[in-house]
Amino acid sequence: MNESELIRILSSIMLQSAPLIIAVCGETITERVGIINLSLDGSMLMAAMTGFVVGLKSGSVWLGFLAGAAVGAFFALIVAFGSIRLRQSQVAIGFVLTLLGDDLSAFLGQNYTRIPGELVIRRGIPLLEEIPIVGPIFFDQDIVVYFSLVLVGLTWWFLNRTHPGLKLRGSGERPEAAFARGVDVNRLRYLYTMLGGALVGVAGAAYSLDIKIGWSEGHTRGFGWIALAIVIFGGWSPVRGAIGAVLFGATKALATFLQGAFPEVPVVLFNALPWVLMLAVLLIAGSNALERFIILAPSSARPSLRRLLRVRPPMALGTRFGEE
Amino acid sequence: MRATATLRRILARVWPLVPVLGALLFTSILLVVFDTSPFTAFEAMLDGALADPAKRLSVLAFFVPLVLSSVGLLVTFRAGLWNIGVEGQIILGAVAASWLALKLDVPGPLLVALELLAAMAAGALWAALSAVFKTRGGVHEIFSGLALNNIAIILTNFLISGPWQPPEGGTFRGTAPFPDKALLPLLGESRFSPLSLVLAVVAFGMVLVALRGTFWGLKLKALGKNAHSAFLLGVSSERETILAMMVCGALAGLGGAVRTLSWFDSLRQSISGGIGFLALLVVMLASYRIFWVPLIAFFFSAVLNGSISLQLRTQLHSSLGGILTGVMVLFVLLFGDAKKLGILPKKKEPPDAAPAVSEPEMRPIGSGAPGND
Repeated sequence: MNESELIRILSSIMLQSAPLIIAVCGETITERVGIINLSLDGSMLMAAMTGFVVGLKSGSVWLGFLAGAAVGAFFALIVAFGSIRLRQSQVAIGFVLTLLGDDLSAFLGQNYTRIPGELVIRRGIPLLEEIPIVGPIFFDQDIVVYFSLVLVGLTWWFLNRTHPGLKLRGSGERPEAAFARGVDVNRLRYLYTMLGGALVGVAGAAYSLDIKIGWSEGHTRGFGWIALAIVIFGGWSPVRGAIGAVLFGATKALATFLQGAFPEVPVVLFNALPWVLMLAVLLIAGSNALERFIILAPSSARPSLRRLLRVRPPMALGTRFGEE
Repeated sequence: MRATATLRRILARVWPLVPVLGALLFTSILLVVFDTSPFTAFEAMLDGALADPAKRLSVLAFFVPLVLSSVGLLVTFRAGLWNIGVEGQIILGAVAASWLALKLDVPGPLLVALELLAAMAAGALWAALSAVFKTRGGVHEIFSGLALNNIAIILTNFLISGPWQPPEGGTFRGTAPFPDKALLPLLGESRFSPLSLVLAVVAFGMVLVALRGTFWGLKLKALGKNAHSAFLLGVSSERETILAMMVCGALAGLGGAVRTLSWFDSLRQSISGGIGFLALLVVMLASYRIFWVPLIAFFFSAVLNGSISLQLRTQLHSSLGGILTGVMVLFVLLFGDAKKLGILPKKKEPPDAAPAVSEPEMRPIGSGAPGND
């Protein structure tokens, strides 16, 4: 493999991972405020379908993305409303919405399958795209990739360096304490669940308008679940989540590469690679395997390593808050 | 005062129907948007499901694996587990049954018995994987189940396009039909096997007794309600988690065997076709009450079988059946409890009274095994 081919593969990995990065950032925001939006797979399908159809009808990809965001926010609102106001299980509602989004998108999009529509145009950033190696991988892309990269930084900065971000985290870690300090926990939960859902919707629309252009039944099936798993792998941090999303994209590229290298192994088996990897990663994240690895490091480096590799869910994740 | 009290009592009686009617209304609006009269569509669905004996038997043939999986899920829900992996457990059961059907040459009844046992064992083992990942690896069962579902689908595709491909060449459709002696005895020309219904009834009875009448059922309930106090009471969360998952996996695997040995006559690509996910909806709509499970499973079977003939008659996508059932479950979850909505006053309960409906307690996703902090 020569250098230009490697660069081409890496730049395609970045493009393929971009919607996953966006969805992971959205769900990370949602879960950091204490709500699990399990409906990702269904809401992404609905957003992909809606985004494609609106883009086609209006002739504008921007309206397509906006429609996708609205659909994602609406699905998230149902989860938040059901959990906060109606005090029902978030997992149950999210799961039903997943199946419902799948069926609804298949039904509503039945007349729009496999037809050409609007698509995002690739546009390199002047000067930056000239940088050797880094330029073609990161800056000779399209707006979806740029947005995903900016979003990671923005989410990290917002969560860790701003006062509203502190309130957000407080609502997800110790809602009682946040409430006592004057934070309207449930209002923030509505707000950030919907914001996260809107990002998930943008991710769904990014598939039908950019990565996997067009619409067909079950167009993005599976990606929502993968995004949910990556949030855990990323330890509820947008930066690590983004790295996880890129690694996931890399395994798909790796599977294609391995197919060429080992033609005697049946092709279908390589499809299992992402799922096996997902299991392996969650096992490493969930068990104390990491802790055993950290013990090997010199004692002075342990605390920072631990902070770097730690996987701990927000303490109030999935619980309800409110006076009985 | 007396009048409002009576009104409230009537409202409490009628209320459960409101979400169901809401779901019908929602689906009707969709149909109108797609230029179809809801009456024609629902009539076509009803016709397609129940019009003649052949159709009714087909609904019944679909119902058996669905009810087997749903009954299994009652066990895992009771232990507070979200066994989304039930879909993969059905598939593994089908794969194990197909393996014996293709490779083993023994007299018919013995072969069928071995196929069913192998299917139960395979489903149980696939479920045990999820359970062990949870108790030892701290992986939430939703995610391990999901990965295992996809791996099971890929395994099926591998088998039918590779080692088990029909002699005339590999396709992605399925294996060659099994010999007749390997199939469950069918009723007439239908795909319904009375034996499978008997097995489902037995499974229902056993789960009913296990959950309501045994100490094990009580332990599962303790585990599902409050893992920490169950731990303090000496309930081994690891043992009961694995056991509950294996019971569910065995029943789902049996359902998979019924799919491959009666609904189909070979291992197919979509051998389960979402029956596991549907079973999760059935149990949720039943609010985890065992006696409602067969009724709702039958209703779902009729709706889904009906929507397939709806597609044949009106060209509308058959996902309409899935929409109707999905919206119904969503509306019941959201609006089914008039007291939570504030429409009916909350009853004052003595503090230690157990709620009538046992809802599995949520544990945060991604947190480790129960009682293992």
